[in-house]
Amino acid sequence: MTDRSRNIVIKADHVGKCYRLGRAGGGSLSEELGGWLARLRGKPDPRIPIGSSADTQRTGNDFWALRDVSFDVARGETLGIVGRNGAGKSTLLKLLSRITLPTEGEIRMRGRMSSLLEVGTGFNPELTGRENILLNGAILGMKKAEIIHKMDEIIAFSGILHHIDSPVKRYSSGMKVRLGFSVAAHLEPEILVIDEVLAVGDAEFQRKCLGKMKDVSLTGRTILFVSHNMTAVRSLCSRVIWLQDGRIHMDGPADEVVREYLAMYSRMGSQRVWTSDTEAPGNELLRIRHMVAERTHGTGPFTTADDLRLRIGIDNLGIGDNDLNVGIHVYNGEDVLAFSSSWRDGSPDQAVLPKGPSDVWCVIPRELLNSGDYRVVLNVFRQSKLMFQVDETIAFEVHDQKREGAWYGRRKGVFRPKLNWGTGS
Amino acid sequence: MSTTDAPDWDIVIRPEQAWWKPDLKEFWHYRDLLSLLVRRDLTAQYKQTVLGPAWLVVQPLLTTITYTVMFGIVARLSPPGIPPLLFYLSGIVPWTYFSGVLNKTSRTFVANSAVLTKVYFPRLIMPVSTTLSTLFSFVVQLGLLVLIIFCYTVFGDFRWTPSLEIVFLPVLVLIMSLLGLGSGILVSAMTNKYRDLGFLVGFGVQLLMFASPVIFPMELVAKNPTMLAVLELNPMTPVINAMRAMFFGGTVPWAGLAYTAAFTAVMMLAGLALFQKVERSFADVV
Repeated sequence: MTDRSRNIVIKADHVGKCYRLGRAGGGSLSEELGGWLARLRGKPDPRIPIGSSADTQRTGNDFWALRDVSFDVARGETLGIVGRNGAGKSTLLKLLSRITLPTEGEIRMRGRMSSLLEVGTGFNPELTGRENILLNGAILGMKKAEIIHKMDEIIAFSGILHHIDSPVKRYSSGMKVRLGFSVAAHLEPEILVIDEVLAVGDAEFQRKCLGKMKDVSLTGRTILFVSHNMTAVRSLCSRVIWLQDGRIHMDGPADEVVREYLAMYSRMGSQRVWTSDTEAPGNELLRIRHMVAERTHGTGPFTTADDLRLRIGIDNLGIGDNDLNVGIHVYNGEDVLAFSSSWRDGSPDQAVLPKGPSDVWCVIPRELLNSGDYRVVLNVFRQSKLMFQVDETIAFEVHDQKREGAWYGRRKGVFRPKLNWGTGS
Repeated sequence: MSTTDAPDWDIVIRPEQAWWKPDLKEFWHYRDLLSLLVRRDLTAQYKQTVLGPAWLVVQPLLTTITYTVMFGIVARLSPPGIPPLLFYLSGIVPWTYFSGVLNKTSRTFVANSAVLTKVYFPRLIMPVSTTLSTLFSFVVQLGLLVLIIFCYTVFGDFRWTPSLEIVFLPVLVLIMSLLGLGSGILVSAMTNKYRDLGFLVGFGVQLLMFASPVIFPMELVAKNPTMLAVLELNPMTPVINAMRAMFFGGTVPWAGLAYTAAFTAVMMLAGLALFQKVERSFADVV
């Protein structure tokens, strides 16, 4: 055995996870019966979750959330896992943390593994913070003596010393998160799996968490970190795996992969046309023909001072109840969902989408989006339920408008609305 | 460079894992969690109550008094030679234990889905901890029974003549525990898919009590072969009869207990098999 192979702490070997659609399990007999009847009548089973639009993941009723995934993780490595929603990140984490089993392949691990898919799991609202630290620690695999030994440290880290002997049900959600993370941060497993913990807590606590994670990785432990926050991924991870449609799309040094990942979105142009029926996204009810982002007035690059129109060319095939709706999710360059909106937001209650080909558009007012890269995800709804989603549509960049005189630089935040300010009462 | 054959992997995750051999080593590793969960059950239950753990004895006592009045004094169902209060308490205590274990463990997956879809630990810890915390209540209630027997002998003219076979009480408790646990995890595995079953069980266990000697002695149905057969099919019947025989003298129904033991073994095996089958696909179904 070579030195390197001894140092491997996780080895995933052609791992795949298949979900059988339509058999996702009913809550009760009647639901099960309902699903079965719907299938019998040839209608879509109402219980089938809508997966990503990628048809490659689907074969018949099988949906491969993860396929043919192989990788090694060495001891002490901090591995980031990135990818769009539905790319398979959560599934991979669930497999690694043994919440669900793979359909094929094998994962081998060395040492104690703990996963933090959601902090504070298993808190009992009636018990005090101190009692919950014990319980939560044990659920995460710690020995009682070990937790008692670290009790003071955990309480100090959480910063809720004064309330530690009150029942957790009196805690705010922020306090619960702090307590949960503090327990988890003191686990000291050989392998730590973290999912989006940093999405919660205030800025100061997030910094504290990031610092703790860095400390943990410096002591030679292995961390797997799943996040949408590219800044956090870049600063914490040495290596990143990019998942796409359930497969490994790229595996390499963090800077390189994150750069590529973000670049993919900016490579998408500000307009896209689907010419043939086969490649146009959609289904038997509605197809998408084109999407364009354009200035309402004038030409040239978009700036923060321009009204921006998003135009979506649809072809409503006019079958069925026509209770359809088209919406957008706009993500920024950090992959944060900036906002979502849909055609119904701005239409009268009884309005229906016209049959046949037509354009649906909306205007993003000037002085709303901050400068930066954006990408648009298109959602099509039927009876208020998501029918399908098109991930790769268009992207655009909003430039800072140079002001006359002084240059003010980029403002902070996702938005930069022009607010009415005043003085006096 | 092949590491697949390296012998020193701690965790191997494969599509199929044998259901017939639960990982006892791992279970042992999580023993602290087991004890903490038992403690949680015992403490969380009585927080913000005035009587606190006193509820452990108040509940069976009130039930016993009700039964004594209704079935003992009004309906005259209790047998002669033993104070009705003792007759009912000695039936209610084991029945409460069995039905408590069955009811609570049968909700394992439904009640803990939030934790079970987020963290891994041997799933069996959950129902086993429930059984142990219920066992604690049972022991306290058994103490209550002994205490009341003492009161009767000291303040009344009741002569307590327990059978020598009372030394086998722990065996009886073991059978009861496993019967409740086995049936409970079997039901929990099935309720995971069909929630309807949860309602059926809660209600069914209540009805099952009337097909047991909790409220009337066996002699009362001895002349009715159908009733007798129904009672004898109930695996808890020999347990309750044995319990009374051990405490108040009489013949312990060993043949009946053998039937219960066999029944328990079947439930336990089926329960373990199905439970472990479900725990693997649980996160995909919820």
